[in-house]
Amino acid sequence: YLSNTSTLSTKMAKSFPEEVLEHVFSFITSDSDRNAVSLVCKSWYEIERWCRKRVFVGNCYAVSPRILTRRFPEVRSVEIKGKPHFADFNLVPEGWGGCVYPWISAMAGAYPWLEEIRLKRMVVSDEALELISTSFCNFKVLVLSSCEGFSTDGLASIAANCRELRVLDLRESEVDDLSGHWLSHFPDTWTSLVSLNIACLGSEVSFSALERLVARSPNLRTLRLNRAVSLEKLHNLLCRAPQLVEFGTGAYSSELRPDVFSNLAGAFSGCKQLKGLSGFWDVVPAYLPAIYLTCSGLTSLNLSYATIQSPDLVKLVSQCHNLQRLWVLDYIEDIGLDALAASCKHLQELRVFPSDPYVVDPNVSLTERGLVAVSEGCPKLQSVLYFCRQMSNAALVAIARNRPNLVCFRLCIIEPRAPDYLTLEPLDAGFGAIVEHCKELRRLSLSGLLTDRVFEYIGTRGRKLEMLSIAFAGESDLGLHHVLSGCESLRKLEIRDCPFGDKALLANAAKLETMRSLWMSSCSVSFGACKLLGQKLPRLNVEVIDERGSPDSRPESCPVEKLYIYRTVAGPRVDMPPFVWTIDEDAALRV
Amino acid sequence: MSPPLMGVEGGGQGNVSLMASSASMDSISQKGLGLKERNYLGLSDCSSVDSSTVSSLSEENKINLNLKATELRLGLPGSQSPERDPEPNLLSSGKLDEKLLFPLIPSKDGICSSVQKAVVSGNKRGYSDTIGGLPEMKGSMFSEGNWMFNAAVTDSETQKSAGQAKFSGNAGMNVMLPSGLSGTQPTTVKDGPTKASQERAHATNGTSHNHNKVNGSNNNTSPPAAKAQVVGWPPIRAYRKNTLATSSKNNDEVDGKPGPGALFVKVSMDGAPYLRKVDLRSYSTYQELSSALEKMFSCFTLGQCESQGAPGREMLSESKLRDLLHGSEYVLTYEDKDGDWMLVGDVPWE
Repeated sequence: YLSNTSTLSTKMAKSFPEEVLEHVFSFITSDSDRNAVSLVCKSWYEIERWCRKRVFVGNCYAVSPRILTRRFPEVRSVEIKGKPHFADFNLVPEGWGGCVYPWISAMAGAYPWLEEIRLKRMVVSDEALELISTSFCNFKVLVLSSCEGFSTDGLASIAANCRELRVLDLRESEVDDLSGHWLSHFPDTWTSLVSLNIACLGSEVSFSALERLVARSPNLRTLRLNRAVSLEKLHNLLCRAPQLVEFGTGAYSSELRPDVFSNLAGAFSGCKQLKGLSGFWDVVPAYLPAIYLTCSGLTSLNLSYATIQSPDLVKLVSQCHNLQRLWVLDYIEDIGLDALAASCKHLQELRVFPSDPYVVDPNVSLTERGLVAVSEGCPKLQSVLYFCRQMSNAALVAIARNRPNLVCFRLCIIEPRAPDYLTLEPLDAGFGAIVEHCKELRRLSLSGLLTDRVFEYIGTRGRKLEMLSIAFAGESDLGLHHVLSGCESLRKLEIRDCPFGDKALLANAAKLETMRSLWMSSCSVSFGACKLLGQKLPRLNVEVIDERGSPDSRPESCPVEKLYIYRTVAGPRVDMPPFVWTIDEDAALRV
Repeated sequence: MSPPLMGVEGGGQGNVSLMASSASMDSISQKGLGLKERNYLGLSDCSSVDSSTVSSLSEENKINLNLKATELRLGLPGSQSPERDPEPNLLSSGKLDEKLLFPLIPSKDGICSSVQKAVVSGNKRGYSDTIGGLPEMKGSMFSEGNWMFNAAVTDSETQKSAGQAKFSGNAGMNVMLPSGLSGTQPTTVKDGPTKASQERAHATNGTSHNHNKVNGSNNNTSPPAAKAQVVGWPPIRAYRKNTLATSSKNNDEVDGKPGPGALFVKVSMDGAPYLRKVDLRSYSTYQELSSALEKMFSCFTLGQCESQGAPGREMLSESKLRDLLHGSEYVLTYEDKDGDWMLVGDVPWE
């Protein structure tokens, strides 16, 4: 059989010129399809690798820059992710890693025609930004999502040198804001800017420079300003860019002045293509009507920084009949979510953030009822992130039955291990209903009081689950075992403060090679078990993150603080800080 | 129509065929946990739902579930109470029993190949594969041939109990206790609310209010309403936390609107070189407010009665100072929304 296929492929190679295959492959864009293509035979592997233009690296330590550039020589677009997700919540110590410079350096040599770089949770230095700006003459897209390590000086090099820049998107990155003058480094001529997102910048950007930049960027479709841009000046920008599709305001507050209001309202009504609004820090409700005329066209609304009360929110949201995505604070309350459910029948994504998460008693009247109402009223709802202070199994069951099309369900009950507030039972049954009914569920975050039982439900029912986040849950290793022995599609598992130890991990060690990564912190995994995993599974990097000093200085049975395990073809890291240890094959502890 | 939550639905057999092939899984679904479904009818029905179904639920629980298994018990995380079976009804086939993690019979030498197989197949493996494929975990000593797990049981138990002790230690490390104003909380240094509460507290300098508040809790009750803060919980990005903290501060300062945060107002004293801000929400009576303001502005009056205000003398002169202020020329007034100057104290505090 084997010899038949090789002669067949040889025949095919002769009858199908490479150029034809390449042309066919150019229509195949999804990564998994491309990977499948490359496995068909050697010649397809070769053809495919020469024409792959876009690469996604989900874990920067799973593969090395050299491996990437060696296999795919013609890449135009790269997306790389660094730190594990829990780094967003300060669980990954500063200095852990995820530095992008080695990647930029390798690509500078290998990909002179690189056009797009998208980074998430990586450490990006000014040197890296400068290298990007000088190495890629056709550079078009820079997206830095939750990154850190750079300053406005680095941004100045990008602005000055990237003459073809279309996208500069700094979403939620931590930028060392030295001055606002970097914006003036954009060339004085027409720019090709399509998207500019500087919402995360703290200090004031020169408004006149911003205004002139907007005026000479006729292709600008997305503009997200930072808080420092005052309300009175918004109309200047909007009037110069009536073609905007997405707009983020600055601080939405000002003294009440009729001229400011009418200017603003006029400017907004001039933007006929507006589909998304965000920003809205420090909202003065009296200025909200200025956007009412845009509401019917809005598909995306981010009010998650708007500290306005429910009545104002309701007035706004009930006009947005085409809304697909809403991010809002819990000031919206149950009553506001009822209104949302009644008005926004196209809603697909809802995120409700807590206004005062560190107070024990609720400061607003937002409970499980709001979420149930939205699940009833919004038939297209598929993605939920909800912070609340009480939940019941009954509510979760209702949500599951109302919305079997849920794809992402993240519930955070603010008090750890909070039971069903009606029955005081664990919430196993409720979350069980979610995984049972929502057969397409890909992402799930658990909270509240949960026993091992919920993990049994998840392991057996969560067949398409790709990412699972667990905190303060479970009773024994059996819980973890259920997840690791089930959940066929699991790629990312992150666990904190759960009584999971060595047994389940070791019993399901092979599962770890089928996943991108596993994070466990404040659990009971011993150093001995980590060593064993590291020795037995050389294609995993088992990283022990422990700020108490070398694990060798403690008994092997002692649990590690944090554990990060990921599959890799790049071998152990070479850039580990002193508080990260990895175990290599001879059971030696490598720092 | 209220199908049980898990296990057999209407047409349940169809469900079973979709399930994983291992027999133990089938036995779980066929067993049918029989949790009673409750229709969620809204607020008014909550209490009736509560009272009418709780008792039936607990009965059903007793029948179909091992009530003990779901019983809440206090204990260290990772601890197993001795009488608690690991979910016996779910594990009726015995395959998923925790004991299976430690097979009592020595595994065959074919284990090596099953490990390879497990690794290669990648996807869902039969449970027995993974069990067989595990070397005993005895520290650095391991013999290739003898991959028996049971010998590791005692080790793991001791490890676990050691782990328990350590785990609580871990938990202790992660839990941040309210440390008052001056305490630095290294892992929460970036947290906006901590900073905000410290800044607020500085602004309300000299109040008789309970200082032991952490992280933006603004309740006026004497036991601190904020609990010990756990690192990274609730899971909110640092960026959002910081933004919200400064946002609520700014809101109140800009327009004095009652928000969830503090309510700051400017206080000026005739002749004082600078003004102060106080959080009206941190007081509950006019008396509190006035004594706080006295303390706040005492530094100016002190300068008047003592020529150089030597520090050692401050205590003595405080009572003198109070007499000065009480019998004093200073009255509290405020400017209302009509722009008129009003005497503080006429309107009820609320």
